[in-house]
Amino acid sequence: MSAALSPPEDRGGPAQPLLSVKGLLKHFPVKKGLLGGVSAKVRAVDGIDFEVLKGETLGVVGESGCGKSTTARLLLSLIDPTAGEIVFDGERVGSRALSLKAFRRQCQMVFQDSYSSLNPRLTIEASVAFAPQVHGLPRREAVARARDLLARVGLDPRRFAERYPHELSGGQRQRVNIARALALQPRLIILDEAVSALDKSIEAQVLNLLMDLKEEFGLTYIFISHDLNVVRFISDRVMVMYLGKVAEIGRSDDVFSRAQHPYTAALLSSMPSLDPDNRTEVAPLAGDPPNPIDPPPGCRFHTRCPLAEPVCSAKEPPLAVTDGSHRAACLAVQPGSGHSLAPPAAGSEMAA
Amino acid sequence: MAVLAQHSVVEGPAPKATGYWTGVWRRLRRDPVAIAAGLVILALILMAIFAPYLAPADPYRTSTLRRLRPVGTAGYPLGSDELGRDMLSRLIFGARLSLFMGITPVVLAFGIGSAIGVLAGYVGGWVNTAIMRTIDVFYAFPSVLLAVALSGALGAGFGNALVSLTVVFVPQIARVAEAVTTQVRSRDYVEAARASGAGGFTIVRVHVLGNVLGPIFVYSTSLISVSMILASGLSFLGLGTRPPEPEWGLMLNTLRTAIYVQPWLAALPGVMIFITSIAFNLLADGLRSAMDVKQ
Repeated sequence: MSAALSPPEDRGGPAQPLLSVKGLLKHFPVKKGLLGGVSAKVRAVDGIDFEVLKGETLGVVGESGCGKSTTARLLLSLIDPTAGEIVFDGERVGSRALSLKAFRRQCQMVFQDSYSSLNPRLTIEASVAFAPQVHGLPRREAVARARDLLARVGLDPRRFAERYPHELSGGQRQRVNIARALALQPRLIILDEAVSALDKSIEAQVLNLLMDLKEEFGLTYIFISHDLNVVRFISDRVMVMYLGKVAEIGRSDDVFSRAQHPYTAALLSSMPSLDPDNRTEVAPLAGDPPNPIDPPPGCRFHTRCPLAEPVCSAKEPPLAVTDGSHRAACLAVQPGSGHSLAPPAAGSEMAA
Repeated sequence: MAVLAQHSVVEGPAPKATGYWTGVWRRLRRDPVAIAAGLVILALILMAIFAPYLAPADPYRTSTLRRLRPVGTAGYPLGSDELGRDMLSRLIFGARLSLFMGITPVVLAFGIGSAIGVLAGYVGGWVNTAIMRTIDVFYAFPSVLLAVALSGALGAGFGNALVSLTVVFVPQIARVAEAVTTQVRSRDYVEAARASGAGGFTIVRVHVLGNVLGPIFVYSTSLISVSMILASGLSFLGLGTRPPEPEWGLMLNTLRTAIYVQPWLAALPGVMIFITSIAFNLLADGLRSAMDVKQ
């Protein structure tokens, strides 16, 4: 194995978060008029903070348009953030200690659309071998690595290596995408709706493959999905997003069993159940999310929230600890917030 | 890499992979119209190359006695023109200049226009706006008018006609190139390549060009017929090839006075232009559908 692409080493030890996001903000300008003057901006991601611990899977859920995919693209610097910083294993991305190219070696992404994420003119072997070659691995070694990885994701290289994407099924293509993401031996993989377009049976196979690979290569995942069942199955921790903000974040069990934010509760109650006695009769949430160009003042969810009170439209709730590592941005669970349901303020619990 | 090494792979005979161009050829072969058009073009090219061997007479030899003989006269299978030159020989030799004038400007414009369009499409932003609005200025002129104006400004002649035709086609090809590139640039595989840390030049070379040159090529093929007609038009106006060179457009011009005397004779160069342009157009259509990957 050439020294050009040896696996990156762990720097900060297991306790240091692998990824730490601070105040990440992305506003897309909306152009209007002949001269292209900026008249408004879409607040796609509006100041979010979170951490991804080493070796965990962080699930990210939310309705479409809540900023999940924008967050993924911001993390990989595919689009430039308006503000905020991303710290990877103790080093700020783009700083002298961690260049963007060095960071990209350690952080890869699997896209939702398995077809459009593979170049139709390249054999799948060439697609997988592309990234290692970019990072200086000689062609022969890159191809050998690509064939190894194809075998590892369950595609016999003797049958598949020289095929073109249109000759493969959706599940097979998604396996190729996973192999490509692994080709640089990254530490963090962002899975943006990576299994959403697959059939349920294929989805289960790919999920199992992802869990095996995680164990084998010591990976950390950010798993973006709108499918709560899948997120619950695969995630250690879950982050719920609403309209460009983090509504709630915590351990998967805590969030799914003791949701603190009414939005999370509504999402959970919308999960289809297989138990006929436990069917949802009423729609948990009415209407569409508000327009992110002009989000409501105060708590962004108050226009659709069953617990909304006047204080909710006056005061923006911080993302505060509710119990243990579980945090939620809702005034109704924050002591001393002025909401009638808020627990009484008790000095030490004002952790926010 | 130790973990990967466990899954070492035994090299074996790979099944025959069907490459992209193999598939295009397979689909093209099943299109009789495109194949026929291709054969016509091949015949025309062979005719141009072997003109000295095919032509029964010297295309420049005039004869004051045998002017404007009708089609089928003994010794003049396709008649003779206003100076008594053998029409068949002139039509055969005319393929040389006419095909050259049809193909060369398009080839040059394909190179220049693709480069401009791919650059504008891939870089995007204000670079795109600056390039494409400039291109639009040229595009706004009717192509005949632009070709005539440029040839007029540069002066009559063969080389200047080539230059002005190239300038006419660059904006058209650049617009197509820009549109296709903008589309390809937003595909996830380009995003994935960026996420792997590849530079812009590498991404264009590996991931963009292979996916945009096909459609640009097909569009350019359809411009060959336009180029031939425009070149003929320039010759007709006296801005392209000059007499006594045999060139279909020029022949159409010099024979126009004979249209009431020998209408069939006067139409012959036009028939050649028509056959050539329709063959190129049909081939372009066939290529377009054969290159559609979605089977």
